[in-house]
Formats: sequence, C-alpha cells, structure tokens
Amino acid sequence: MSQTFLLDGVAVPFQAGQSVLQAALAADRYIPHLCYHPEFRPHGSCKLCTATVQGRLVASCTTPAAADLVVHSDTEELRALRRTLVQMLFAEGNHFCPSCEKSGSCQLQALGSDLGVTTAGFRHYFPDRPVDASHPDAWIDFNRCVLCELCVRASAAVDGKDVFAFSGRGLSKRLIVNSPSGKLADSLFAVSDKAMHVCPVGAILPKRVGFAVPIGERRYDQHPISEQALADAPRAAGEPDV
Amino acid sequence: MTESLSTSPGVALETASGDGLRRVAIDPLSRVEGHGKVTLLLDAEDRVQQARLHIVEFRGFEKFIQGRPYWEVPVMVQRLCGICPVSHHLAAAKACDMIVGATTLTPSAEKLRRLMHYGQILQSHALHFFHLSSPDLLFGFDSDASRRNIVGLAAAHPELARRGVLLRKLGQEVIRMTSGKRIHGTGAIPGGVNRNLSAEERQQLRAALPEAIDWSRQAVQLVRQLFEDNLAVYREFASFEANTLALVRADGAMDLYHGGLRARDPDGNTLLDDVDYAHYWEHILEEVKPWSYMKFPFLRQLGADKGWYRVGPLSRVTQCDFIPTPQADAERIAFLAFDAGRAARATLGFHWARMIEMLHAAEVIAELVDDDDISGSELVVRGSSARRGVGVIEAPRGTLIHHYTVDENDMVVRANLIVSTTHNNQSMNVAIREVARRYLDGRTLTEGLLNHIEVAIRAFDPCLSCATHALGQMPLAVELVSNGGDLLDRRSRY
Repeated sequence: MSQTFLLDGVAVPFQAGQSVLQAALAADRYIPHLCYHPEFRPHGSCKLCTATVQGRLVASCTTPAAADLVVHSDTEELRALRRTLVQMLFAEGNHFCPSCEKSGSCQLQALGSDLGVTTAGFRHYFPDRPVDASHPDAWIDFNRCVLCELCVRASAAVDGKDVFAFSGRGLSKRLIVNSPSGKLADSLFAVSDKAMHVCPVGAILPKRVGFAVPIGERRYDQHPISEQALADAPRAAGEPDV
Repeated sequence: MTESLSTSPGVALETASGDGLRRVAIDPLSRVEGHGKVTLLLDAEDRVQQARLHIVEFRGFEKFIQGRPYWEVPVMVQRLCGICPVSHHLAAAKACDMIVGATTLTPSAEKLRRLMHYGQILQSHALHFFHLSSPDLLFGFDSDASRRNIVGLAAAHPELARRGVLLRKLGQEVIRMTSGKRIHGTGAIPGGVNRNLSAEERQQLRAALPEAIDWSRQAVQLVRQLFEDNLAVYREFASFEANTLALVRADGAMDLYHGGLRARDPDGNTLLDDVDYAHYWEHILEEVKPWSYMKFPFLRQLGADKGWYRVGPLSRVTQCDFIPTPQADAERIAFLAFDAGRAARATLGFHWARMIEMLHAAEVIAELVDDDDISGSELVVRGSSARRGVGVIEAPRGTLIHHYTVDENDMVVRANLIVSTTHNNQSMNVAIREVARRYLDGRTLTEGLLNHIEVAIRAFDPCLSCATHALGQMPLAVELVSNGGDLLDRRSRY
C-alpha cells in the first residue's frame, strides 16, 4: 500500500521522489502553478503553488512528498495570496491580452481567470522593453516574460545551447540572449528547440503564426487551467528527465 | 495663425482669426459613438459664419502598433471601436494579405470574410437606425429628449424596437460564427481566415434570414414613409452639395468588401473610377487643422478647399450602378426616383440609403449561407511577401483605409488609418453650418437648435472614437463660454 499525505483533508498517495505538487496532480488534485513543468526539475520561483505544509508556507513543487504531511492549498487565504502574485506578475510586464496571440492558451491569463483576478491590484510599471524580432522564424516579446526560467532550463538541459539566461537582480532582473549582439538572430536558437515550446506566456513565439488557432479551439477555451493541468499531468511517478 | 474665411458652400471652413466673430459652443453630443463638441462662429450680424465639429478624443493606434508584428495588427486595431471592429479587423487583414503575398484568397476564405463583413453591416446599420436615429425621426427633432431614445422607442413602438434588437442580434451572431466572438474576434488572419461555418451554424442563420430580409425591407419603407410625411423638411434639412467617394466593384456593382475607388462631383461627373486603392495616396491627401484631432481628407486633383467629399451609405447607394441583390436594387431605384432625385441628395437620405444597405446585407448573408464554400477547409494562402500592405473596405460608415509598412523582421514601422468618419469630417461641418444658419435665432442657443444639429451629425452615423488617431503636439483648446455664448477665455497649445 502506497504512502499518503493529507491535502485539504483528503489522503493523496505518493511515490518516492515525487513532490507534493506532482503527487497532487497525479491524484487529480489541482494546485495552481506557473513555473513548474513536468519535464523539468522544479524551480520554485513563481510561488503560485505555495501551500501550507505542517503549518508553514512552502512551494509545493519543491517540497518532497512525505508520509503524513498535512497540506492545505484550497483555502481562501492561499487563493488571495495567489491572486496577489498574479496581479504582481501582470503589473511588472506589459500584458495586453486583447491583442496577444497567446490569449486563450496563456497560463498567466488562464491562472488569472481561474483564480478570479478581476482587478489590477497594483499600479502597473509599464516597462519599456523592445521586442527582439531579429530571428527569421521566432520573436521574443520581453514585455510578457514572467521570469519562469523554463526557456533557460530547456535551452541548457535539452537543447544544449544555453541561448537564454537571466541578468540583473530584483526589479532589474530580465531575460537575456547569449549572443555577441544580444540578439536572437545571432544565437544558436532554432524553432525546433525545446526552448521554443515551453514558454507559458506569449514571450517566445514562432513568427507568422499569430491567431491561426480560432477562438474555441485554444488551449483553455474548453476547460479552465485547473482542469487542463490535471489532464496534462503525468501519472507516472519519479524525477523529471532533466 | 490666421486662416482665410469663406462663406460659400463647397469651400472649406477654415479656422477663424476671431476678428469680429463670436463663439458659441455646444457640448457634448449624445447618441454618437465617442465625444464631440461643436463651435459655431458668428459674424458681427450674428449670422453663422462657420461651424466646427471638434474631435477631442485621442487614440494613437498608428503610433503604438509600431514595433509590433503585422499578424497582430488585425486583432489589435479592431479595438479602435466596439461598434464596427469587424471593419478594422478586415481592412487590416486585407492589408496583411498584401504583406504575405496572398493576392487571391481561397473561395472559402473570401466568402467567410464577406459573410463576416455583411453581418457587421447588418448589425451596425440596425443599431444606428433603430437605436440611435429612429427616435429623432419618429418622435420629431424637437420632441421630449427624455423620450427620444431606444427606451422611448420600445414604449411607443415596441415591435419596431424588438426588430431593431433582433436584427442587430442576427448580425452579431454572424460575426460570432465567423470570428469566434460577437465583438473583437480573430477570424481574419493574413492570407485568409481561421475558421469556417458548421452545418448547424448555417442552419441557425438560414432560419432567421427570411424574417430579417422582410424586416429590413419594411425598414426601408418606414424611411420612405417618413420622407413622404415630412417632405419639405427632409428634402432640405442639412443638405448641401458634395463630392462622393466609395469602393465600387469593377462592373459597377455595390460591393462593400472589395472594389476600386470611385469619386464623383456633385453633378455626377466622374473624378475617379475603378482606381486600385493600393496607391490611394496618389488620389487622397489629408489636411491637418489646429482645432481638431481629426484630419481633413481631400481629393488631390481638386485640392484641399474643393476636394472634400462624402462617404457612407448615401454615397454608395447613389454612386454604384446597381446593387447585386434584387430587393435592395429595387429599393435603390425607387430611392433615386423619389421626389425627382432630391431624396438621394438630402442629408437625411443617409437613413434611407442605410436601410437599403441593411436589406442588401441580409440578402447577401442569405446567399452566402447557402454557399457550401463557407464550410470549406482551404482557408489560408501565402505568396511572395512584401513590405507594404494597403487594405480598403466599405465600413458601415464609409470607406476605411488601412496602410502598413513592415521592416525586414516583420515588424510594423509605419501605419496610416483613414477611417470613415474622417472622410466625412468636412461634410459634417458643412451640414452643421447649414442647420445652424437655418435654425439659429439671434444670439441664443435653443434646445431646438441643439437637437437639429445633433440630428444632422447623427445622419452621418459618425464614430468619433475611431476617427482620431494623429499623434504629436496636437492642439488642445479649452474654451470658457458664458450662458449667453460669449467667449470668456480660451487657452490652447498650438
């Protein structure tokens, strides 16, 4: 018989090596998350998956599941905290959903909708971040980057190219391109790279695709992210491949 | 800055130097999209010398789409408006077709775009007539303002109001099926469309169309009846001579989705015909005036003073050679013949022409719904890419021009939008002046005068929020006007 921990009063089975978040998703128990991706080692930076474990606030994606843990996620206090985190992410960038081609398939937008983020909450910074459209097949809209580091991780671990990195700290922290000019065109990046396909928002996109997917068929048109994430979650236990 | 004054019809109404003139202001206008302010300039004898429709809203779309990818533009620019976003969506998509080298769309894509556009014409014209203008026309220009609206219409003419709501709803449903949303969808993409219609959707539309066509035909008859009952007023109200501009199909047919530019002078002489709009700037220029954010387009061959023109339903219905659907064409012929052709030259003829177009739109939708191409699966084509794209369409309010230049990285570096209401800028000023000259009594602004000016402006169905998009150090004038109309103070930065 597998071991379990308690998530919001319900016993959740887990296997050795699973995080609280992985075990929860595998058991069809949704915990909101953004920078977590099942194919990559957890990063714990976005804090959307914050839960209380034994009374302490922790990132559930980086907390190993253990027997008899008492985990709370679906509480009003944590929902309010997550709404605030999403509001902060929106405030730090320029996220104009009405004209963004990722709209309907964007995890940040879907989280905002699912969590009930209906107001700005904070005065927006409106940063001035010119796009990098130098690459013939892809473009980067830094205005939409939420610093999840998935592209950094994918480029380094899967593509073996280290095309992306972070620079600066705090509010000055930003995504940069490792190339002599700092432009994507001068990097080793290719649209077939894993880094091309892991961006949860509309920051790294293929060119000339735009709004090809009609409304109604986009990723979160039929099911909210809280349902879609469960459908996508790996059921097998164990460490991510990379 | 001193500019010339002119009193003769057909000559531009320039900014006054202020010498010997008194200023009265009417603010704000109601039941038009956006905000506007009217200033009437009187001469020493208290005659209306000039009229200015001030557009004080600022949009800036031409600037902030710079640096954005061209495929984002059709979705972004439609946010100019919540009433006719489809027009901007399609005009931008047509421009993007040129950029991706889609010289000819697939039959499915072309027909689905047309379906979307005629759905837009149907809903916008229904909104304009039933919700915005019919209260003026049915209750009288001077009737109680608290009653002169859609709520009053619903109380006094419930069946008419119901038809207006349902006709608009049908148009919005067509838009939803072709673009994914009733407002601000994503159906048109560079080189085609991203969706087709299912058999169920076609059947849903098919069931509603006979009634829609019948109601539209009756709406045409209603406007005709209004003309017959008020002929003396309707014939003259806010009327003036103007050049006209419209897209017309190569064979002379009305075509609100695509065609060549046709312009005529007030006597019917052809100034332009079947002109490829891809080089519209060889024929149309824009003049900037310091007192409005809205530019003043004019035909290059006639110059700024005499080259202004009128666009929209009245120009389209009177300047096409025929309408390619039977009921609408019969109504066009009757309209042109009515009152020895004078209704077709009257400003209130806009309403009649608009209802003929609404009937045409319903007929076109009925044809397209029965065309299997709208369920086809070949939706996108591409060709040799280009750096410049121009898209022109006949929006509900008139000719709409979108023009984009992109760089080698697919980003927009320049944009120019000339929207329908901008084309009608000078025409609206002239219409207001004509009304003011007729109805201004002494030095007092009466409620009746305000009502009449609003009725004149509303005939053009202006969309003021779309029409203001210039950027830079634009004039911002603040006027302080006493109850009696005296200008007490004025501050400006230009």
